[in-house]
Amino acid sequence: MKFKAEIDIMPHKELLDPQGKTVANNMEHVHIYGIQDVRIGKHISMNLEAASESEAREVVETACKKILANLIMETYTFELAAAE
Amino acid sequence: MKFGVVVFPGSNCDDDMMHVLGTVMEQETVKLWHKDDRLAGFDTGDCIVLPGGFSYGDYLRSGAIARFSPIMNAVVEFAGSGGMVWGICNGFQILCESGLLPGVLLPNSGQKFICKNVHLSVTSTQSPITAELKAGQVLKIPIAHADGRFYADDQTMAELRANDQILFKYCDEAGAVIDSANPNGSLDAIAGICNRQRNVFGMMPHPERAAEPILGNADGRLMFESLLASVSAV
Amino acid sequence: MQIVEPQVTVSTAQQLGLTPEEFEKIQEILGRTPNFTELSIFSVMWSEHCSYKNSIIWLKTLPRDGERLLVGAGEENAGLVDIGDGLACAFKIESHNHPSAIEPYQGAATGVGGIHRDIFTMGARPIAALNSLRFGNPELPHTRRLIRGVVKGIGNYGNSFGVPTVGGEVYFNDCYNQNILVNAMSVGIVKVGETVSARADGPGNPVFIVGSATGKDGIHGATFASADLTEDSAEDLPAVQVGDPFQEKLLLEASLEAIKTGAIVGMQDMGAAGITCSTSEMSAKSETGMRIDLDKVPTRQPHMKPFEILLSESQERMLIVGHKGREQELYDVFDKWDLVCEQIGEVTATGRLEFYQDGQKVADVPAEPLVLGGGAPVYKREFKRPAYLDQIAAFNPDSVPVPEDYVATAKKLFASPNLVSKRWIYEQYDSMVRTNSMGTNSPSDAALVRVKGTGKALSVTTDCNSAYVYADPYVGGMIAVAEAARNIVCSGAVPVAITNCLNFGNPYNPEVYWQFVHALKGMGEACRRFDTPVTGGNVSFYNQSVFKDRTEPVYPTPTIGMLGILDNFSNAMTLDFKQAGDQIYLIGPPCTDLGSSEYLRRIHNIRFSPAPRFDLEEEWAVQEAVKAVIRQGWAASAHDVADGGLFTALMESAMVRSLGFEIETDPVFRKDAYLFGESQSRVIITVSAENEDEMVNYLNSKNVSFSKLGEVKGGSALVDKTDFGPVAGWKEMFDQTLGNEMER
Repeated sequence: MKFKAEIDIMPHKELLDPQGKTVANNMEHVHIYGIQDVRIGKHISMNLEAASESEAREVVETACKKILANLIMETYTFELAAAE
Repeated sequence: MKFGVVVFPGSNCDDDMMHVLGTVMEQETVKLWHKDDRLAGFDTGDCIVLPGGFSYGDYLRSGAIARFSPIMNAVVEFAGSGGMVWGICNGFQILCESGLLPGVLLPNSGQKFICKNVHLSVTSTQSPITAELKAGQVLKIPIAHADGRFYADDQTMAELRANDQILFKYCDEAGAVIDSANPNGSLDAIAGICNRQRNVFGMMPHPERAAEPILGNADGRLMFESLLASVSAV
Repeated sequence: MQIVEPQVTVSTAQQLGLTPEEFEKIQEILGRTPNFTELSIFSVMWSEHCSYKNSIIWLKTLPRDGERLLVGAGEENAGLVDIGDGLACAFKIESHNHPSAIEPYQGAATGVGGIHRDIFTMGARPIAALNSLRFGNPELPHTRRLIRGVVKGIGNYGNSFGVPTVGGEVYFNDCYNQNILVNAMSVGIVKVGETVSARADGPGNPVFIVGSATGKDGIHGATFASADLTEDSAEDLPAVQVGDPFQEKLLLEASLEAIKTGAIVGMQDMGAAGITCSTSEMSAKSETGMRIDLDKVPTRQPHMKPFEILLSESQERMLIVGHKGREQELYDVFDKWDLVCEQIGEVTATGRLEFYQDGQKVADVPAEPLVLGGGAPVYKREFKRPAYLDQIAAFNPDSVPVPEDYVATAKKLFASPNLVSKRWIYEQYDSMVRTNSMGTNSPSDAALVRVKGTGKALSVTTDCNSAYVYADPYVGGMIAVAEAARNIVCSGAVPVAITNCLNFGNPYNPEVYWQFVHALKGMGEACRRFDTPVTGGNVSFYNQSVFKDRTEPVYPTPTIGMLGILDNFSNAMTLDFKQAGDQIYLIGPPCTDLGSSEYLRRIHNIRFSPAPRFDLEEEWAVQEAVKAVIRQGWAASAHDVADGGLFTALMESAMVRSLGFEIETDPVFRKDAYLFGESQSRVIITVSAENEDEMVNYLNSKNVSFSKLGEVKGGSALVDKTDFGPVAGWKEMFDQTLGNEMER
């Protein structure tokens, strides 16, 4: 079965995100008001083949833990859907 | 002629530019603060320099936040009325983000920051910083950047070529423009360009780091001399 | 992470890394049992990292005075050396080993940020950075991941901050497989009389926090830094801090501008132990106290507990004491740079640190007992001669076979990761920003950094061959200092002072402590001989690999960061051969010595052998001779013989311009020792034929051994008529090997 995973990697909520902070602080320069918190992460989409959804979930889980996210500094979430 | 060096938060080659323009080339040079919204006391015979560095930490994209600094409106207006604007490294990135120069600067093909001497071949002598150089002349100038891969779409590239807007290409020591001498994967090995009106120029390499014999390389000084000579010739 | 403040007992103290005796002492000091917040304060201030409790006795034996020193060791955040022309140089080296082992990118980045803050908190502008790195076996994927992270971290932080990385050293050895070393050094310039001290004088003066908001990062970090690195450390999330070089750049510019207003009484950066450390050290130094309102501290997360705010190691923050009534001048400067500047309290005359939250006093402790030199504990540790030294003493050079094929041997040796070019690493560092790097186009043994507005340059280097220190801590400690001095002399400058970063294993291990004590003795003796006092630095213990059944300390690695002064640009000397026909001389004793050489390790797989031959007086004589030869204008190049021995040194000088050389070895000595041995106190000098006689006459008049090796000639290396091939080919191997390894 084919699956598609949509993965979001975000800086850990307890840690400073210098990039997000700087972007947030400068929104008013471009006349965009009311922005209070910005955190910048990565989006990764990948296709994969697996025998079942639970197997696919496990593969993506492992990929996130092992390489895609640095768990010391980042957290991840993902959505898995069947793909054509 | 007068020079203004814009200081953005995170600029870090502003002092180097002040040193070379002011102390080495003995030109009247002042620092300009990014929060100013006017270029008081500058006229079209003068030159505004956007120096290297990491404006706003290069967060989001290099130059993306700095281009919205209050002073950039004044710089755009200044360039529109014919004043000279020279962007080096981060300054080049800001000029591209602001639309004063075409194209963008993407992360280096090797995905790493690179600081080293490279060689540049002078491609066009139709600009103030290259007017006194010879076409094909080879200069040794250092680079120091993570996002220096020049890219533009086909149509823009065709226009750059047709209008002779490419000022420098990366080359080897002998002047050959070959892949192995292209440090960052720039399209057409482009290291520097100018706008169509030839009063706005941007380049990734740092001529201000190669302008004094005590540092063992004065090739960059030739660009400053060219700029001064072409202005006094007008 | 939700932390409930526990009831304080002796076991709480132990969990925070304090001993039962220390807990008792705290109760004595307070006259009561501390609450958890107070206990946390003591635990971080009395950690090894802040208190130097296991090292200070021996650190005090190092020479710490000199004519040029403007502040003594340990008095301020960094050493301060008078360099003439009304200027002073502030410089210091510091470790960030354990954070880098866990998260190499942020660990190294915040290490760089921290050391620069130590310099500009004194009012000096950093103009150069160096580093000293130790990694494990580069063939391990784990090691390569660490290298990539550390290099990127150092690069991204320093490049963005805008200070050039002008020098450094990198060694690989299996002993660092689990515990890498990341030592970062910053060098700054300040006008004499315009420095700022870390003081809190004048009760009633306002106390400000400036820069980043305080978050939950690095809580208990200082304690963490002092505890053994175990396999599950990576789970300790708050141990990681995130660096923001952009914020640091703003903080630098704003701090220097704020100092110019004259409205600042004292300033200290926040590193280990955050607000706790800065408030207590500044107060203790001025014999004052502070009343701090923790509600006023800008925080990144809501509802932070007192101990979290007090111990947070959030980066890019400063504590400033201002003159009462001049607050607005400071607000104006920090506002210009878009930095938060918040008054959080005031200086008091009580000698106590009083912290408040929600109107309640949450901690009340005296400042003086917290700090080094005050009431912080001082321990004398046991030491005993390590057993492995017997194996070293048992080394017999006659058991080492002489190579049959010298060309193949030289190639294999030369390709060692420890000898090849570190180009792949240093090209990721901006080495030229600020336009003072004289070595970009003509390298020297030490980095020459021009000081604008003067005719002078600083000469800076970091050095330590830890294999020598392992083999003989006393001699190895001397050699580390001597090599740094030799490098500075070869650049044409004069050594003036050092900073050191002492990386060792667990101080409670008597054999490790023996290494520490003897290395310090050696360093001290060499520093006295070269008149290069120790201006400060840092101690990093607990550098060790932990296995199921035992721990293995890293090689003792007392890294020396040395400062020299080049008074006159015309004395600047470079290491590259200049032209064919120049004559090649060796100043210093040739001898049969293989001890602790890269050659023994790489070619013969011998781990235990004595430190190379070294004699302090002989070293001094060689350096004096080299100084004279350079100052007389005779030398065309100068390069010291170090790792890899004479052949490597010759090749390094030859490769810069791809010039060949032809030399003869001396049949009196074992040829492999002559070419590859690392006997100390040797410098290769080239001299033009026209200056040769004068130089030789001079050297003959001095009590120094020297010999003629051969001549700069052609494009190939010839040793005893054997063709070692074109220098250009060696150069390619030199330049590409590490990159190929890293990119594979």
